[in-house]
Amino acid sequence: MTVNSQSPTSSSQGQAGPRKSRSLLAVDAHTKRRNASEARFQFMGKLAVGIGILALVGLLASILANGLSSFRQTYVTVDIFLDPAKLDKDGSGDLAKIAKVTTFGYKPLIKRAMAAAIAEHGIDDQGLKAKKIAALISPQAPATLRNYVLAHPDQIGKTVAFNLLASGRIDGYFKGRVTMDSAKLDRNISPEQLRLADEMHRVGLLETRFNWAFFTAPDASDTRPEAAGLGVAILGSAYMMIVVLLLALPLGVAASIYLEEFSKQNFLTDLIEVNISNLAAVPSIVFGILGLAVFINFAGLPKSAPIVGGLVLTLMTLPTIIIATRAALKAVPPSIREAALGVGASKMQTVFHHVLPLAMPGILTGAIIGLAQALGESAPLLLIGMVAFVREYPAAPPEGFFDPAAALPVQIYNWTTRGDPAFVERASGAIIVLLAFLLTMNIVAIILRRRFERRW
Amino acid sequence: MNDIKVSARDVQVWYADNHAIKDVSVEIEDKTVTAFIGPSGCGKSTFLRCINRMNDTIDICRVEGDILLDGEDIYDPQVDPVQLRAKVGMVFQKPNPFPKSIYDNVAYGPRIHGLASGRSELDAVVEKSLRRAALWDEVKDRLNASGTGLSGGQQQRLCIARAVATEPEVLLMDEPASALDPIATAQIEELIDELREKFAVVIVTHSMQQAARVSQKTAFFHLGNLVEYGETSQIFTNPVDPRTESYITGRIG
Repeated sequence: MTVNSQSPTSSSQGQAGPRKSRSLLAVDAHTKRRNASEARFQFMGKLAVGIGILALVGLLASILANGLSSFRQTYVTVDIFLDPAKLDKDGSGDLAKIAKVTTFGYKPLIKRAMAAAIAEHGIDDQGLKAKKIAALISPQAPATLRNYVLAHPDQIGKTVAFNLLASGRIDGYFKGRVTMDSAKLDRNISPEQLRLADEMHRVGLLETRFNWAFFTAPDASDTRPEAAGLGVAILGSAYMMIVVLLLALPLGVAASIYLEEFSKQNFLTDLIEVNISNLAAVPSIVFGILGLAVFINFAGLPKSAPIVGGLVLTLMTLPTIIIATRAALKAVPPSIREAALGVGASKMQTVFHHVLPLAMPGILTGAIIGLAQALGESAPLLLIGMVAFVREYPAAPPEGFFDPAAALPVQIYNWTTRGDPAFVERASGAIIVLLAFLLTMNIVAIILRRRFERRW
Repeated sequence: MNDIKVSARDVQVWYADNHAIKDVSVEIEDKTVTAFIGPSGCGKSTFLRCINRMNDTIDICRVEGDILLDGEDIYDPQVDPVQLRAKVGMVFQKPNPFPKSIYDNVAYGPRIHGLASGRSELDAVVEKSLRRAALWDEVKDRLNASGTGLSGGQQQRLCIARAVATEPEVLLMDEPASALDPIATAQIEELIDELREKFAVVIVTHSMQQAARVSQKTAFFHLGNLVEYGETSQIFTNPVDPRTESYITGRIG
C-alpha cells in the first residue's frame, strides 16, 4: 500500500519539494499581467466611448452655433399709408383692378413710409438716398404688402402698421454675421446702412424677434434668404410619413406574421428571407432610381409629389419593419402559442389574441425607427424631383399627396448649395428641426417600449 | 372496468427521418388516470401530443396509424384540430398562463368556443373551473390581477382551470409538476385524483413515485416502443417485461 500511495504525481511533487501555499496578500506576476491587460482593455473602451461623445458634442455644438440664430429674425415696424392713388387709381374698389398692381407698385409706398418714419423719429439718415434706405427692408416686403391689400381691400386709403422683414444683410448684422468691415466690401450693403439700422434699432423701429415664419413660410429665392422657411418641407415630409405609415406598417406586419407564424419552412421562404435581408442593405439611392422608373415614368405619377416620395420610402422602410416585427414575434415564448392552441384557439386567434399583443412594443419600436430613417433620407428623393424649388403649399390630403412639395432633408441640401451665407444659417436651423423630429420619434419609441413591455 | 375513451392502433410518428414512436397501440379508459413513464426521449410526450394533435404545429412531424376518440378517428381529414383540442385539453410542463388577468385566462377558452353567453354565465364558468382546480379560495378576491403574478404552483393550477373551463373529455398533462416544489406537487396530485371523477386524465411523468401515487393504469415507453401497459399496481410490483423491471428498479433510464 505504501508503494501505491507513491503515485507518479506525488513523487514528482516530492522532487520539486513540497508545494508551499503562497500568501493571498502578495499578487503574483501572472495575476499582475492579467490585471494589467484588463485595465488596458477598459481604458481603450473608455477612450472609444469618449471619442464618440466628443464627436457628437462637436457636431451638435457646430450645428447649434450655426443654426440657433435662424430661430430669430429681424423685423422693421413701420406705418405705411396704403395710397389709393397708387393702388386703386379709379377708386372703384374692384378687386380685379387692384390685383393688376404688381409688387413693383408697392415699392414706392415702402420707400415713402421709411423716409417718413426716419424723419418722424429724428434719426440721422447718414446721407443715404431713399432707395438705399428702403433697401434695409427685404425684397419680400412688397409681396407681403400686396397680399395684405388683396385680402383687405377696404384698408386702402388708411395707414396700417406693418412688421416687415429686414433684409438678409441687416438681419445678419444683428446676428453677427455681417460686420462693418465686411459691409465695406459688399455690394449689397454699406456701413452707412448698418449705422442707420443701429439707429433704428435704438428707437425701436427695428427689432429681433422669435421667427415663427421659419416653420411656416415656404422656401424663398436666392436673393431673400430672410424670407425662406420650412413650411412646405415640413408639410411634404409629414405627408410622406403618412404614406409610409399607412403602407409600410400594415404590409410589413402582415408579411412578417405570415412568414413567421403561418408559412412552412421551405426553399421559397428561405429565398424570401435572404432577399428581405438584402433589401435592407440596398443603398437608398437605388430605391430612388426604382421610384423614378416605376412610379414616375411607368405609372405616370407626378414628379416631386409626396405620394411618390412616400412610396419610395415605403419600399426602403419595409425591410426594416419586417425584420423588427419578425424579431418581436420570435421573442414571444412558444409556450404562449402552445397554451392558446391547447385550449382550442385557431392559428389566427392564437396570433391575434396572444402573440401580436405581446409583440406590439417591438413592432411599434421597429416601425418608428423605420419611419425616423425614412424621415432623414434624402438620396432617393433627389431622384424623384423633390429637390425642386417649391413655393406653393400642397393642398390638404388626399389631393395634397399629388401636389409638388419639398422634404426636410432635401430642403437642407438645397439651402446648402445656395450662395448667400444666410442660407447656411437656415440650413443649420433646418438640421436642428430635423434632429428635433428624429429625437422626438426615438423618445416615443422608447416610451412605447417601456410602457408596453410585459414579462412572462 | 371503465369505457374506452381513447384508443390508439399502430401509431407511428416520425420527426423527419427519426422514427420517434413505433407501433404503439393503447387503450385509455375514461374516468381513469393513466400514467406514461419512461426514460427521457422515449417518446411518451410525443405520443401524448398526438392525442390532441399538437404535433400538427411541427412541420417535420408525421403521424401514421389511427387514434380514436370515442370511436372516431381524430386524424380523419374532416376533423378540425381546433374542435378536437376543445375536447382534449392540455396542461404543459412549464406553467404558461397568458399574460392577462386570472379571469381572462380561464374565460378565454369558453369565450372563443362560445360556451357561455353573457357575463353572468361566464362568471359562473370561471368560478366553477377555478374551484375544480382548487384555486378559487386563493384568487377569488383578485380575479383581475395578472395570472403571471401567481406562484408557480398557483400558475399551474390556473392552467388546469383554463384547460377544464372548455369542458374537455380528456385532460392531457405533460409533466405538470416537474417545475414545482414538493408542496405544490402534492396539491396538483391531489387535484388530479379529483379530476378523475369527470375526465379521462393522461399524465406524463418522470417520477415513478408520482405515477404510482396518482395513476390507476401505467404505460412504460422505451426507445419509442410501448413496452408494457397495465394496472399501475401490477406494473410497479410485478412487471412482465425485464426492461420495465430494470427501469422501475433504477437500473436503466
